[in-house]
Amino acid sequence: MFGKILIANRGEIALRIQRACRELGVRTVVVHSQADTDAKYVKLADESVCIGPAPSRDSYLNIPAIISAAEVTDAEAIHPGYGFLSENADFAERVEKSGFVFIGPRPESIRLMGDKVSAKKAMIATGVPTVPGSEGALPDEPREIVKIARAVGYPVIIKAAGGGGGRGMRVVHTEAALVNAVNMTRQEAQTAFGNSTVYMEKFLENPRHIEIQVLADQHKNAFWLGERDCSMQRRHQKIIEEAPAPGIMRRLVERIGDRCADACRKIGYRGAGTFEFLFEDGEFYFIEMNTRVQVEHPVTEMVTGIDIVQQQIRVAAGEKLPFRQKDILCRGAAIECRINAEDPYKFTPSPGRITGWHPPGGPGVRVDSHVYTGYFVPPHYDSMIGKLICYGDTRAQAMARMRIALSEMVVEGIQTNIPLHRDLMLDEKFIQGGTSIHYLENRLAARQASQG
Amino acid sequence: MDLRKLKTLIDLVAESGISEIEVTEGEDKVRIVKNSAVPAAPMHVYSQPMPMHAMQPPPAAAPAAATPPAPPPAPEPASGTYVKSPMVGTFYRSPSPGASPFIEVGQTVKPGDTLCIIEAMKLLNEIEAEVAGTVKECLAENGQAVEYGQPLFLIG
Repeated sequence: MFGKILIANRGEIALRIQRACRELGVRTVVVHSQADTDAKYVKLADESVCIGPAPSRDSYLNIPAIISAAEVTDAEAIHPGYGFLSENADFAERVEKSGFVFIGPRPESIRLMGDKVSAKKAMIATGVPTVPGSEGALPDEPREIVKIARAVGYPVIIKAAGGGGGRGMRVVHTEAALVNAVNMTRQEAQTAFGNSTVYMEKFLENPRHIEIQVLADQHKNAFWLGERDCSMQRRHQKIIEEAPAPGIMRRLVERIGDRCADACRKIGYRGAGTFEFLFEDGEFYFIEMNTRVQVEHPVTEMVTGIDIVQQQIRVAAGEKLPFRQKDILCRGAAIECRINAEDPYKFTPSPGRITGWHPPGGPGVRVDSHVYTGYFVPPHYDSMIGKLICYGDTRAQAMARMRIALSEMVVEGIQTNIPLHRDLMLDEKFIQGGTSIHYLENRLAARQASQG
Repeated sequence: MDLRKLKTLIDLVAESGISEIEVTEGEDKVRIVKNSAVPAAPMHVYSQPMPMHAMQPPPAAAPAAATPPAPPPAPEPASGTYVKSPMVGTFYRSPSPGASPFIEVGQTVKPGDTLCIIEAMKLLNEIEAEVAGTVKECLAENGQAVEYGQPLFLIG
């Protein structure tokens, strides 16, 4: 096991990683920007290093500063968390070349899955079902593009190979709009990702977002840890996640889970990862793989009892995963609400000082948050200030506990999306379960229309 | 040890580049440590006649209204500017081990003069003065790990 790990992230995930390290007896070095000097996990760290001013580009995305901090503190491994550099293959490579262990997959795996075209090709090769579409990148010739779209069938979606997470996408409903849409998406992709390669997929009208959590070690073992339903989204940002996915036959999930574990073995995957699918009409369609720990990992932890972050560290330290696939059981249900510092219905960010922070508690309630009364939520980073996770023997119990927890939760000084979560926990369709990825946006639009 | 002697010692430490001094006189022993740690609280009072670095600032300078959370790493004294580290790395006073330091306390510098080296990722980065003046203090030790924004020298 490592003696010292450098945590190259911020916010709630930095605290989460720190907790896993402390439980393993590993000392923590936390790097932080000047805006995060007063963060809770900085105060709790064995060592902390200020690596730059507030802007992410100069701090959390500053590769030399992070590696330098690891050098001066004699850290042995670096945990990249999620976002920032966690899926940057160059970072992973430089970390390893500098003599540190990167807690995550090999740089080649990150690269393979980072390019959405090569990721899709790799999945097709390993037998994971994908969304029907262009076989690889779209050609330049407009007539070819039109031909492909006709074969796929409208509506289609144009996606940037260097994108992911909802960025660099455009839906096309008619042939007339097609070529223009492709050109625009290419241009945007070039600017945003430095890569103008795009591909095409069939646009599914009402899918659910179902993902499979995997863990693989360096001894050729790979397992899947159940599924998560993350369909409650706004502008491709997940707001609520749950495990297991309500109303999907277990054998369908088992089948796709086994394929994912198999794919991990075939590509030599290491560490934690998530295979994301669109699920419609009883079929799973692979869209992308995230080669890191995810925000919503707690719901899987609650229903499987497996500490995913701890296992990431153990795998990186060369340990064998301490279970077999048949030992991994999904018990009960868990729901997670992402708590964001924003206006609950306008979604305008609300940074500032939290003058009162009162989190809920009780059986089956878990709060993953780094904030505290008096903490200043900085305006430089994303608005998530914590996650509220509730567990129950059934989905109904998890929701009941979530309603109670949300009613107890008080955040003063800034706005949060707690009122939105309270509304959603009472939403008839959500209570039923199985709403699509468009549900929340439609609901918000309807609400705005009825008020405006 | 009488109070006057003690005060003289305290002033000596405060005004010099010494960070720690231990004096034994017969059975009396006193150790004075200058806290060169960066104060975390935002400073709101700048117009003070005494050099700020000699005092321990109040730990909770509670702001009346919500203030930006990025305080300067050290309060700017009335009598100079702090040269702060622009990167994370290891601080070296000399161009190579055993060589004499780039600058000594008391020396005058002009913009562009090399003050020190910060080693980061196997590269030696020369840190240059941006202001002219006299080096009043060296706040980091040779071979010490420094972070972004950490004060290295006081030039006045």
